[in-house]
Amino acid sequence: MLETLNTPHAYPGRLFVVEGIDGSGKTTQLGLLAKWLAARGHRVFVTEWNSSALVKAATKTGKKKNALTPMTFSLLHATDFADRLLYKIIPPLKAGMIVLADRYAYTAFARDVARGVDRQWVRDLYSFAVRPDLAVYFRVPIDVSVDRLLARRVKLKFYEAGMDMGWSANPVESFRIFQSKVLDEYARIVLEHDLSVIEAAGSITDQQRQLRQIVSDRLQEEAARDERG
Amino acid sequence: MTREADDRGAQGGARPGTYYGHGLPYAPLADYPGRIIAIEGTDGVGRSTQIRLLREWLEVKGYGVVETGWTRSELMQPTIELAKGSNTLNKLTFVLLYACDFADRLEKEIIPALKAGFVVLADRYIYTAIARAGVRGVDSQWIRRLYGFAIAPHLVFYLKIDVDALARRVLEAGGMEYWESGMDMKAGDDIYDNFRNYQRQLLKEYAAMADEFGFRVIEGRRSITAIQEELRRQVGAFLEEAGAVPLAGL
Repeated sequence: MLETLNTPHAYPGRLFVVEGIDGSGKTTQLGLLAKWLAARGHRVFVTEWNSSALVKAATKTGKKKNALTPMTFSLLHATDFADRLLYKIIPPLKAGMIVLADRYAYTAFARDVARGVDRQWVRDLYSFAVRPDLAVYFRVPIDVSVDRLLARRVKLKFYEAGMDMGWSANPVESFRIFQSKVLDEYARIVLEHDLSVIEAAGSITDQQRQLRQIVSDRLQEEAARDERG
Repeated sequence: MTREADDRGAQGGARPGTYYGHGLPYAPLADYPGRIIAIEGTDGVGRSTQIRLLREWLEVKGYGVVETGWTRSELMQPTIELAKGSNTLNKLTFVLLYACDFADRLEKEIIPALKAGFVVLADRYIYTAIARAGVRGVDSQWIRRLYGFAIAPHLVFYLKIDVDALARRVLEAGGMEYWESGMDMKAGDDIYDNFRNYQRQLLKEYAAMADEFGFRVIEGRRSITAIQEELRRQVGAFLEEAGAVPLAGL
């Protein structure tokens, strides 16, 4: 069995991952981190969840027709991930760059299981993933997340709100139910995969300071390890 | 390996009509009246012809029949065609797209048909995916766990053929095709050599699964009629034994 997600990688580059539910602010934090790393002379590559051209078509068809089941949703995202891993993540890691991933396999662990997919199955599914050098989880109370999203957008997205599960016809209520389950799964994942936690209810600057500290520590540790050979 | 680890994936010994592994926790299976009959075998061996004839025969006898075929899901077909057309398909995405297609058909076609008491004729099943992945060097335990959500069929027929007979048959039927020849594996430019090498490896993978998954092996070089008679005899006996009484004779 493949065990790469649980084994340190041997690429010269570094893989840093941010995780958290929608409205946790992780994308904002990752953007600021990228600016800082680039300003310090690092070569940075940013990759987002669910962004490969290959499966965009199918995700769209599925979403339009409201036809995705928890299983096909899970497998489509795994396909997308495999595509990005091989074309967008591993090459920059081989080139010694810093890869910043906005969501990683842990997102699938949390969301797919919240939709009713088997917990162990989805972990086996992603066992081909490269283990991140650092994974930071932005933990946010469900109310804060809902407030942020409502302030920003007119409408919650169908799958983000878990509307496919039919738990509530009200998008905000559905989002609350679904994302609460996602939060429960993240709590488990944090322990299981040793994610670093940042409380995402604090100010943007505070969070960024913590993030830069964690990343900086990690880079120094890695550099020291590389020097030792 | 522990027994528990074994239970996670597709393997021999699973009771027909149940999930191989963890399955779909949100879609628990009951003792449904339908039956899954899978016909396996490499491209060009004559599966579709046999399925068409078998369906005809079953319907005349009064059985409700639903067909399901590889890559034919409404959700995935356009994407798989797109991916084959562009050059972006690597072995993992290849495997996962097929799994997604299978999952879609399982939930939208196969399970509803089982509930309603249909005979589901599957033109290829997960064994094709396992064989193709095996040839491409995908971890065999990983792919079996992936297909742990599949339902073990009640019968699996494997139409067996040798590479020489297969090559002649495919050439007579219109020629060797890119994917059937494993050209994506970039072993070389000669399609005839590639076809033979690729199919030889595939046949080896199928052969390795035959015992494990209890394939009923049928010699694919025999005439269409002879193969069909054999299929009807075995399918008829199985369905009667299963208590599914046909209408013929009324």
